Order: sequence, then structure tokens, then C-alpha cells
Amino acid sequence: MNARRRGRLLLLPAAVLAAGLVWCGAELPVLGTDRHPYGARSVAAALRQHTSNAVSSINFDQRALDTLGEESILFAAVLGAVVLLRQVRGERRHTPRAGYVLPSTRLFGVGLLPVALLTGVYVVAHGAVTPGGGFQGGVVLASGLHVAYVAADYRVLRRLRPLVVLESAEAVAAGSFAGLGLAGLACCAAYLKNVLPLGAFGQLASGGLVGVLNAAVGVAVASGVVVLLAGFLEQAVELDDAGEETTEGEG
Amino acid sequence: MSRALTLLWFAAAAWIFLAGVRGLTVSRNLVQAVGCLAVAQSSTYVLLLGIGYRAGASAPVFGDMPPGSRPVVDPVVQALTLTDIVVGATVTALLLALAIQIRKGHGTVDPDELTGLRG
Repeated sequence: MNARRRGRLLLLPAAVLAAGLVWCGAELPVLGTDRHPYGARSVAAALRQHTSNAVSSINFDQRALDTLGEESILFAAVLGAVVLLRQVRGERRHTPRAGYVLPSTRLFGVGLLPVALLTGVYVVAHGAVTPGGGFQGGVVLASGLHVAYVAADYRVLRRLRPLVVLESAEAVAAGSFAGLGLAGLACCAAYLKNVLPLGAFGQLASGGLVGVLNAAVGVAVASGVVVLLAGFLEQAVELDDAGEETTEGEG
Repeated sequence: MSRALTLLWFAAAAWIFLAGVRGLTVSRNLVQAVGCLAVAQSSTYVLLLGIGYRAGASAPVFGDMPPGSRPVVDPVVQALTLTDIVVGATVTALLLALAIQIRKGHGTVDPDELTGLRG
């Protein structure tokens, strides 16, 4: 089936969808309305649970079971990508060459790397209090580590990144999210119930289980993204097709 | 907020979704198709954040704002959007990994040239 026929085939579903969208659009509440029944209730619940970041309270307390599902999708996607990006038959592994890096770029990298990592840790750690959390901070941490690749070269990144540790950290963090939920089951007959002391509102150690689950997600996301990028970088830099034209790997 | 602006927001979300789906169907390159899927998915961010929007309201975080002092936007849809972004990124990575393997196994990333199964 060629692209044009696929485009024509799209017309009917698109028409059905357009009709559905028009129908929904007519019933839509006005943008910016003051009436948010779910929002009002979850903000009240967040305040009751001493979690000043209402978004984190929803992700790791009120909807923690859903986040467990999302965490599992993340884990499965990373696992799948790692399995897919393995070295296949007929591929040669070669040592990446050192690329030339301007001394000023290298100096910039040395200065920026700790700042980037610290920012990531800060965003994860304060997830229950101020904007941020495990998902966002994890991505900041993982991409911050790749300053080493941008400002130096692949070999520096490889030394900074203990892949085996990170792969286990990903699994342990994803598992501990599920495991921490059992505490609620043991104490109060509700899975993922917030059983820890709630602490003082607005303090770093507030929100009870929110901070712990948030940290677990932070570790899982950070190590997951590093492992994912490691798979892709390995394909681009280290592996060569033995038969076909070789892709140049700039280190 | 006026009715017209509401329709503009809704139409924008629908347009982004349809543009992504259309690209997905006519694409001749799997990497581009994955990009189109990401575009279609990002329409949900526009839709969700618009649903939670409240005129003149602040972020639903009380780190430096006493609770009840100002109205806040709906945090439920923000939480959904946030997890959607991270999960979407990893699923995109999984699909790109598939595209790499297809390129290795079949020597092409054009879905039209992928005919028949091969071990």
C-alpha cells in the first residue's frame, strides 16, 4: 500500500473523528473557568496530606497506583530498547577515537557538569515541596551527565557512567516503588497508602511517602534515560556494520 | 474567557493531533513516522493543560504561597501531562530502537519497502 492510498484511507476515520470533535467542542466548558471540581478536591487533599506541591501529591499519593503503572511502562520501554539495541551478528565493535575538543569547551564542561547534576538532585529532592519531582529531576540528572559527552568525548562519558550499576538501579527503583506500596497494605489494608508521618507543611521532609516514592521515581527515570541514551550512543559510536558502509563515529 | 478562545484552543489541539496522524500515514520514513507519533501525542498536552487552565490563577504549588491566598490551576491534568511526557519520551526511544534494528535487518526505513517477514 503506498502513501497516497494510505492518505485516502485516512479520510473516513478523519471525518468520523472530526464529527466527534465538533460534537465534543460544542459541549466544552469555557477555557479558564473557575469550576474545577477535581482540581479543588485534589488541592484540598494535598493540603490535608501536608504536601505543598499538589502535582506531586497527586502523582505519588492520590494517584500513586496510576504512577506505578506509568513507571512500569517506562521500565518496560527501557528494557525493550536495551534488548533491541544489542550487538547483532555481523557487527564489529571498535574503540572510539578521541575527538579534538577546545580547551575552553573542556573547562566549561568541567564547570557545568557538577552544576547540572546538582540541579537534577535538587529538583528531585524538593519534589514534594516546590515545582519539580522525580520525573522532571530524573531527566535533568540524566541529561546533565551527558555534558561530559558534549563538552569532552565519548570515552569520558563512558568512564563517568557505570552502566551495570545504573541498570540495576533502574530495576531496584522501579521495584521499590511497588514494594513501598506493600507498607500500606500491611498497616491499613490499602495498597500505596501514605503511611509515613506527614511532617511540617512546606518542609523538605513533608508529605510522608510522597518524598520516598518521588526519590524512587527520580532514580528510575535518571538511570533509565542514561541507559537508553547509552544504547543509542553505542550504536552510533562503537558499532560498525561489517559489510556495508561504515558510519563514522565521532568521539 | 470568551467562547471563541475556547474553540481556538480546542481546534489547535485537534489540529496538532490530526497533523501528526496524517504524517504517520503518509510517511515514507520510519524515523519521521516516530516523530509524527510524538507530534500526535503532544496534542494531548495542549488539550489537558487547557482543561486545567483557570483565568488569573497561580501554579498549584504552595512552596512560597500560603494556601488559599490565590486560586490555583487544576493540578490533576498537570500530573497527567507530566507523566505523559516522560513515558512518551521513553516509548519514542523504544520505537526508534526498533527503526534502527529494521534498518539493520532490511537495509531500509521505508515502510512501503518492508514486505514479507524475515527472521
